[in-house]
Amino acid sequence: MAGIQIKNIVKKYGDGFPAVNDVSIDIADGEFVILVGPSGCGKSTLLRMIVGLEDITSGDMMIGDKRVNDLAPRDRNLAMVFQNYALYPHLTVYENIAFPLRLAGASDSEVDAKVKEASKTLELDEHLQRKPGNLSGGQRQRVAMGRAIVRDADAFLFDEPLSNLDAKLRGQMRSEIARLQKKLGITTVYVTHDQTEAMTLGDRVAVLKRGVLQQLASPRELYENPGNLFVAGFIGSPPMNFLPAEVEGTSVKLPFGTVEIPADKAEKAAGRGLLIAGIRPEAFEDASLVDEARAGGSTFSGKVEFVEWLGSETYAYLPFEAPPEVVKQLEQLEKDLDGDSLRTQLVISLDGASRVREGDQAEIWVDTSKMHLFDPATGENLTVDLSNAGRIPALDSGVPA
Amino acid sequence: MGNTPLRKVGIALGAALILIWCLLPVAWIISLSFKSQESITNGSPGFFPSEGGFAGWDNYVAAWDNEQFRRAIFNSIGISLIATLLSVIVATLAAYAIARLEFRGKKLVLSTALAIAMFPVVSLVGPLFDMWRAIGLYDTWPGLIIPYMSFTLPLAIWTLAAFFREIPWEMEQAAQVDGATSWQAFRKVIVPLAAPGVFTAAILTFFFAWNDFVFGISLTSTEAARPIPASLSFFVGSDPFNRPASLLAAGAVIATLPIIVIVLAFQRKIVAGLTSGAVKG
Repeated sequence: MAGIQIKNIVKKYGDGFPAVNDVSIDIADGEFVILVGPSGCGKSTLLRMIVGLEDITSGDMMIGDKRVNDLAPRDRNLAMVFQNYALYPHLTVYENIAFPLRLAGASDSEVDAKVKEASKTLELDEHLQRKPGNLSGGQRQRVAMGRAIVRDADAFLFDEPLSNLDAKLRGQMRSEIARLQKKLGITTVYVTHDQTEAMTLGDRVAVLKRGVLQQLASPRELYENPGNLFVAGFIGSPPMNFLPAEVEGTSVKLPFGTVEIPADKAEKAAGRGLLIAGIRPEAFEDASLVDEARAGGSTFSGKVEFVEWLGSETYAYLPFEAPPEVVKQLEQLEKDLDGDSLRTQLVISLDGASRVREGDQAEIWVDTSKMHLFDPATGENLTVDLSNAGRIPALDSGVPA
Repeated sequence: MGNTPLRKVGIALGAALILIWCLLPVAWIISLSFKSQESITNGSPGFFPSEGGFAGWDNYVAAWDNEQFRRAIFNSIGISLIATLLSVIVATLAAYAIARLEFRGKKLVLSTALAIAMFPVVSLVGPLFDMWRAIGLYDTWPGLIIPYMSFTLPLAIWTLAAFFREIPWEMEQAAQVDGATSWQAFRKVIVPLAAPGVFTAAILTFFFAWNDFVFGISLTSTEAARPIPASLSFFVGSDPFNRPASLLAAGAVIATLPIIVIVLAFQRKIVAGLTSGAVKG
């Protein structure tokens, strides 16, 4: 086992386009790191550079203390699970799992012992003599993992391993992977575009956008202290609300009215003119349900256009008008996030007990201590708590993202 | 799709017609091979031998007793198998390179190969005859194996390249991550997956070599290398002015048997869709 150091890695294709641009990630021994981002952000390319299937244009890839840039995949001693499993269809499950051992020239008894152990861990015992073509998606997935864990690899690499499974199976396999990784304590790099997987599996999550590392932090840090507009919009579901805002003193003017924010936040954003305020849906509540103890925030009133009641909670949608410069920035953000540019509306999550109806003029309470303020030009989070935000590369060098 | 019974009858009828069309000559040769020489000379137009004209296995025994014929069968089997083996090995390697690698002149290789396959065989016989006599390949096995290979390679390369392109890249990458060298990945993963293609190419090559007459008769002069199709034309029997039709028919049937055996043996390999289950289904 070993840690992986990714140092200033750049990948340029023939046309000079940098698919991965100056990414540095230090992965500790035994750590579970997620690479996440929308399609085309370079996360898979980065993974394939770690394993050696893709050439590195510049930078250093270190596994343990060894520079592996010029080593062939087979000399890097890494195990990889591919998106579509890449099982060998002409071999039985047993031989698929045994394949790396046979290549390494292990004796038959050793192969048998290790394959049996792996198949027991993954509950594949009854399928050992079947061919991959006759297995279900989840079973194939487990065979692919069996092929990875059977060797004493330095690290596991997963390339969107669950994207071909249906939702229920995905949840099961997700916990399976987490359990396996904890049990084996092996360094793991996991690529996904699914933020649920990113949040639940990783010790740390690296968010990438167009080949550039945006933020590297624990899931909680990412959620509570996103470094910029992109990370804020990418992490969380339903996504963070973005509203035009103007700060004057400690009050913030939002489309629905003026709210008070804590003084330290106001100070960071003072004198910047028009900003974008980011507030997560759960920072809102139906004012009638907020007791005095929680009343640290502000209340405002808005017209509810549409309500989704989910039992435990209620989503309410409040449309608003935004100035063109904010709309433009939000449209660009949606494009970066692979989404369609939707109309500007506030999505708020209320308690399931809330009686707010469609068309109501509702009193809404908002916890303004959880509000973030972003620079509309650069997307930089002005109110980020740097001591709890992991690493934000854009701020390392002092250049905004 | 209404009136299914009618469709079924139609399909059966069509299949029967095609079968009769294809198999009638074969059936007729078999029928001929069981008639006695006299009954054919006297005229025996029926499918079944006329009264007293049934020869039993006599023709087969007579054909097999012929030293020349046995040599020819041996030559044909040897030459065809060697040509097939070499052709498949070379074609597999070439096709893999064409399917997987980007190199200059790839298009040129492919189009040249196609051009060679279209070249009329007859136009090469004269020059080859001259060259082979000068080099000393005339009337030898290599003298036939080389032209057979050059005519079957293009087809084999095209067939196999198509098969290799179907195999997902990930198979190979997975093998390499698992610790295989490029050669091991090729041999243990890619070739087994391309097996249907390899066998298809092998059968096509074998057919070409086995059925060839023009090279066989022009580039050989003795039993040293003469293959069956050429040898059959030298089947004269006791009376040079009266070709022994029934004996020839028996020889032709014997010459057909290896082909049938090979097709049956390889058939299952070709049919199996081996790549199913490789990636998500």
